[in-house]
Amino acid sequence: MSGMTFTMLDAAKMSTAEIYGRTLCELGEAHPDIVGLSADLAKSTKIGMFGERFPERFFNVGIAEQNMFGMAAGLAKAGLTPYVSTFAVFTSMRALEQVHTDICYQNLNVKMIATHAGLSFGQAGTTHHCTEDIAIMRAMANMTVVVPADGIETAHAVRAAYARKGPVYIRINRGFDQVVYEHPDYGFELGKAVTMSEGTDLTIIACGATVWRAIEAAKVLDKVDGLKVRVLNMHTVKPLDAEAIEKAVRETRRIITVEDHTVIGGLGSAVAEVAAGTGKSFSFKRLGVPDCFSIIGLHEDLLAHYGIDENGIAAAAREMMGKDFEPDESWDDEV
Amino acid sequence: MPLSTEERRRLEEKAHELRSLSVDTVVWAGSGHIGGAMSAMDILTILYHKYLRIDPRDPEMPGRDRFILSKGHIGVGYAPVLADLGYFDRELLKEYNHTGSPLGMHLDAKKVPGVEVSTGSLGHGLAIGLGLALGARLRGESFKTYVLLGDGECDEGSVWEAAMAASHFKVTNLVTIVDRNRCMIDGPTEEVMALEPFADKWRAFGFETITCDGHDFDALANALDRALAATDRPVVIIADTVKGCGIDFIAGDYRWHYGGFDAEKTAKAKESLARYREARLAGGAVGAAGAKGASK
Ligand SMILES: Cc1ncc(C[n+]2csc(CCOP(=O)(O)OP(=O)(O)O)c2C)c(N)n1
Repeated sequence: MSGMTFTMLDAAKMSTAEIYGRTLCELGEAHPDIVGLSADLAKSTKIGMFGERFPERFFNVGIAEQNMFGMAAGLAKAGLTPYVSTFAVFTSMRALEQVHTDICYQNLNVKMIATHAGLSFGQAGTTHHCTEDIAIMRAMANMTVVVPADGIETAHAVRAAYARKGPVYIRINRGFDQVVYEHPDYGFELGKAVTMSEGTDLTIIACGATVWRAIEAAKVLDKVDGLKVRVLNMHTVKPLDAEAIEKAVRETRRIITVEDHTVIGGLGSAVAEVAAGTGKSFSFKRLGVPDCFSIIGLHEDLLAHYGIDENGIAAAAREMMGKDFEPDESWDDEV
Repeated sequence: MPLSTEERRRLEEKAHELRSLSVDTVVWAGSGHIGGAMSAMDILTILYHKYLRIDPRDPEMPGRDRFILSKGHIGVGYAPVLADLGYFDRELLKEYNHTGSPLGMHLDAKKVPGVEVSTGSLGHGLAIGLGLALGARLRGESFKTYVLLGDGECDEGSVWEAAMAASHFKVTNLVTIVDRNRCMIDGPTEEVMALEPFADKWRAFGFETITCDGHDFDALANALDRALAATDRPVVIIADTVKGCGIDFIAGDYRWHYGGFDAEKTAKAKESLARYREARLAGGAVGAAGAKGASK
């Protein structure tokens, strides 16, 4: 991967946030316009690595997120490129109007790298779970929303965010992610889904922590049930890869979305909006946190609890295959 | 009223017991916010064992005093206080942080009896407390509302919005306490985001300020008595404390905001707490200056 100085072996030993911190340091070396901001979470989000390398370009504002996002807007207006890191729940909710009005409305070049997203801070309790941010952030005009599947993809996303003008929201997890990509050169491109496995029976569209689980589910479905499942890693939820979704609807007619997020307004909703516009008949199911405040526990356990781990995904796929689904004969499929 | 010798001793013993139970809870939970739990423990102890008019058998008792732990991250310190009073089964502490347990790092009002508000996101508590206090005044109820803030938490603008409103509305049935342990996550408060002159800030917002030693029960009792006697404006108690108080190898060290104890550290922590108890009972280590306990 261009500019990346650490090896895949290093990457496997680093938490996703550490990979982010490392990548930002490299970017900072090349681009003196990059500045960093955190709100007493420099250590936890790993933007502190950038702060140690470039102390004069780093601002720890204390526990004051609204001020931080306002400052980021000002810094961007002054010609700098702020990377801002706090937990996802505080990025998407505590300082939302600053993100909306000061950053997105003015289409400013602020990169929000939000950590501890989804259910990944499971033991912290419900006030620290963040299962609404994809819905919130994708509703903001001008915003790009990226949910990387693992550490390597996070590195790609953090770099791509720099190249893309305007606000970018990147949502990463606490701790280590399962490794999805053994090699960095899989052609990461913002707004382009990555096909993780080919298939024509059914398509699973995932993002973030659920990508690895979808791939595992697809393997089991192949081995045990003989199903050929297409898995799409929809790392960019906005702008969405509509083409990949339309193709999946046409070619597999069965779509399951899966995300570490509420089923309302996130990846599943975004996919449904595109799929519904195809004019084709298809079977559809969204997996995610149902409309509730989540329970407390380990990330892994919570994913299983809400049926968004490999078992839950496989079960949903079987159920969908079991449904007597046929494209409606009278449907004008060529529209 | 000054504390009697017997009352002081009772509080000292209780605080020791609760510090020790917090260490156990951190072990059961795997990790926790031990530093801020230890700095706040004497404040929690005197509130729950002397001042709050509550009934653990009836957590929703009408007219009860309200306590809001605005620095909600110290669940490993707060849960032992509630369990010990019988709000819930002590055994539950052993399942702290386990999947499906009602007890997570930040205590949840919907899951844990005795907890009034689900906090954890900093900067919310004072506004909610102010609303409760105004509500009590409006409805002619006599209960008091107590809010415990972290000092780092006071970076949040929302704290000062609430402070401005509390003095504007001349609220006197609200007791605001700041755990002034001078530490936050990324470093000492004065290095990360300077708060000083802290008391002046509160005064400028219309508060009467009382600065006291947060590890001295006589000082705390005196401060609380004065706060409860307020007649014309809100009062804030700035309690000078030490993060990790009583555990010598973490006391005063901001890096111990959050952490876990292996068997060796647990034993060391318990030994330190035992020495600290002795020293406090002997009157030697009372106060923030003695927070590391008597040396070995
Ligand atoms: C709004 C918000 N921002 C950030 C955090 C993460 N956080 C948890 S504890 C903490 C430091 C708190 O410092 P302080 O208020 O001084 O508490 P204490 O030192 O007494 O533990 C931070 C930044 C949070 N819980 N809420």
